Amino acid sequence: MESELHTEIQSAADIVTARQRGRTLAMEIGFAGVDVTLVAAAISEIARNIVDHARRGEIVLSRVENTHPHSRKGIQIVARDEGPGIRDVVKAMQYGYSTRKGLGVGLPGAKWLMDDFEIDSQVGKGTTVTMRKWLH
Amino acid sequence: MAVPVLKQGDYLIASIQSVLSDADLLLLRDKLSGSVGEFRSRGVIIDVTVLDVIDSFATRTLRAIAHMLKLRGAETVIVGIQPDVAFAMVELGLTLEGVGTALDLEEGLAYLDTTLGTKKTMQNPGHGK
Repeated sequence: MESELHTEIQSAADIVTARQRGRTLAMEIGFAGVDVTLVAAAISEIARNIVDHARRGEIVLSRVENTHPHSRKGIQIVARDEGPGIRDVVKAMQYGYSTRKGLGVGLPGAKWLMDDFEIDSQVGKGTTVTMRKWLH
Repeated sequence: MAVPVLKQGDYLIASIQSVLSDADLLLLRDKLSGSVGEFRSRGVIIDVTVLDVIDSFATRTLRAIAHMLKLRGAETVIVGIQPDVAFAMVELGLTLEGVGTALDLEEGLAYLDTTLGTKKTMQNPGHGK
């Protein structure tokens, strides 16, 4: 894997930075048009989740490649925080479910926009979301 | 970056100039709510042409602005949502239900003329007798 691009997320202003970096990297990798917007939108939702629930964390962007099942490249977005964690991940992934004032769109929405989506959360320790979009 | 708000007759036009942070959007909400009273505006156009992403927060805030201004007596129309942005919004399941939208500024003005013009007729059914 190549170099990673770290963006600290401490306030809502950092969300804009993270998604602009994501947009730039996606274009460098070869994404075009609406896919770039989808990547930016997914980063926006996932970064907002950090701000709303964990207050601080980071977004790590990187280029990914794999050879199985076939040769392809894509973008990987990892959102990491050491916040309270998610008590019920299944519920959190339900569309429209929100413990806060949100629309409950963030996590399930981001999953829809990307190809791969994994969430690892431990109560009291934090949450890591890993998502990837592949060039088709 | 603050969003400039221009007065155009009975209408206000808020033309977003650059990517907005959450704070900017909330500032716009407060500014418009005040300006509608100050200028006794009946319609507000929010031009979002430059926005590259309208996420759940932006959607919620735009909806809140439109509903708030409605309570203040003004109709809101959002104009300039780009094709890619609209696509991403649909994928995210985001809607601007109950909020007027139009293709661009010109269509937005026409939308307000129609909406407010219709209202006038309905409120004065005996007009012209």
